[in-house]
Amino acid sequence: MSGPIKYGPARVLPGEQIRITTNPDTAPFWEAAKARRLTACQCADCGRFRMPPSPYCPHCSSREKRWPTLPGAGTVFSYVVCNKNPANGEPYVYVPVVVDLDGAPGARLNGNLTGCDADDVRIGMQVAVEWTPIQDGWVLPNFRKA
Amino acid sequence: MAWANQDKCAIVGVGATDYYVRGKSWPRTINDMAGEAILKACEDAGISIRDIDGFAYYSTAGAGYLDRFDSASLMETLGMPHISFSATLTSGGGGCVGAIGLATAGLVNEDCRYAVTLMALQQLPQHRLGVVFGAAPPSPENSFLQPAGLVGPGHLMSMLARRHMHLYGTTQDAFGEIVMATRANTANRPKAIRKAPLSKVEYEASPMLADPLRRLDFCLETDGAVAVITTTMDRARDCRQRPAVVHACAHGGAREWGRAFAWMGMPDPWFASSGHKFTADRIWAQSGLKAKDMDVALLYDHFSPMVLMQLEDYGFCEKGEGGDYVLSEKIRYDPATRRGVGGGVPVNTHGGNLNEAYIIGMTHVVEAVEQVRGSAINQVEDCEFALASGGPAALPVSSLILRRA
Ligand SMILES: [Zn+2]
Repeated sequence: MSGPIKYGPARVLPGEQIRITTNPDTAPFWEAAKARRLTACQCADCGRFRMPPSPYCPHCSSREKRWPTLPGAGTVFSYVVCNKNPANGEPYVYVPVVVDLDGAPGARLNGNLTGCDADDVRIGMQVAVEWTPIQDGWVLPNFRKA
Repeated sequence: MAWANQDKCAIVGVGATDYYVRGKSWPRTINDMAGEAILKACEDAGISIRDIDGFAYYSTAGAGYLDRFDSASLMETLGMPHISFSATLTSGGGGCVGAIGLATAGLVNEDCRYAVTLMALQQLPQHRLGVVFGAAPPSPENSFLQPAGLVGPGHLMSMLARRHMHLYGTTQDAFGEIVMATRANTANRPKAIRKAPLSKVEYEASPMLADPLRRLDFCLETDGAVAVITTTMDRARDCRQRPAVVHACAHGGAREWGRAFAWMGMPDPWFASSGHKFTADRIWAQSGLKAKDMDVALLYDHFSPMVLMQLEDYGFCEKGEGGDYVLSEKIRYDPATRRGVGGGVPVNTHGGNLNEAYIIGMTHVVEAVEQVRGSAINQVEDCEFALASGGPAALPVSSLILRRA
């Protein structure tokens, strides 16, 4: 029943308005991202993945972690089409996506999707990681339609 | 699994301020509004403020999004001689109705005699939820969410709604029907903010804020305060009003839901849900009742799709059938018969957070009380059991059944 809203190209939010913080549990993820290497937190004992990184494996209680290099691809699990930049309320079409990461079952990342019109985003769409420099020298993983 | 505290306590007093459009309660202060709600609840119960000796909060004793209640401060201003119970459920609005169970714990333990559960909300420009969440310096955990531009609860809830649409074919028509059906219940309510009947054309003209959700799928932003008083059954019988008996109550939830849309890691089918199945199952086990036994359902409606997903999690319909259930008008209240429509259970006979007012869930508790008293404006005929729910949100969420005395 929604009218045919035409959104046009999906853009990533400007990196200069984005900040993150880290702690010792999450820093290895962001240090890898800074080198444009996509990883996820993997239990070094039972091998299962979890995101965001946390001190204990919820499956086996191990504190040992691995940070394997992932293929840098994934699948859209869900998405929202937004039309205002949250930093200033200006018109800005961006599409937050929840992505299931290839090579890391159970691990998801939230980012923006670009490389297509917002109108064409679909659940199940294949995406590849797209790196966006943000404040303080960090780099944010976003996604591009594969 | 019977509940040890079943039918041992009752809500005996409810009180509320007027409901104000966001920010319009200024220059009243939080404690001014909270005091009015508490004093009115005492008046309703026929007890003195000096009888109140317990506080059972939720939302980590939050008063809105930036302020916080302090029992000592409330005692100081209201003249309460002592308190012997002061506790809160953690996290946010999910625990709303679970606070009544917390009150019950304090009462049955004989820690206190009359416990007040309270919420006050004042959204000055810097206090708006979307602003608070978006302006917060991202914590290390939140740094995995906020940079995606997921800064307001509407963005987050839309993500779940979209997945529900994908898995089950749910349509925006169903979200619209929830808004329209509950709007129809506010026309005769003096305190309601949105009272004009809503047509489908008007719903469809509402701006898309976070596709698939429109502005009218978002709850109101209002100011005000609501308080309710719970006590033991022996004392309740001496109060002014017919007791609203606390028949079942649970808070908590499953790890698969966990931090919910602050996390987005929920596997199917939890992702496209309200996160309420765990506490729903508990109150049904506690009471031996099921959804169809409820005479009215007051479901926390911060966003319209969350009503649909609660209908599924509580078992008013099967998982995935919420859209069809809603579109068959089964959540509507028929004022002519004072009953549901098409064999359904009326939902949010007070208009809910979408239409009446949003005081972080407390208006649902008030309506549940009034329904089992028999004094509701949109009274359901012969109402014995009222279900009320806390907000689908990070755990704990909560569930409550009130019973007519
Ligand atoms: Zn492990």
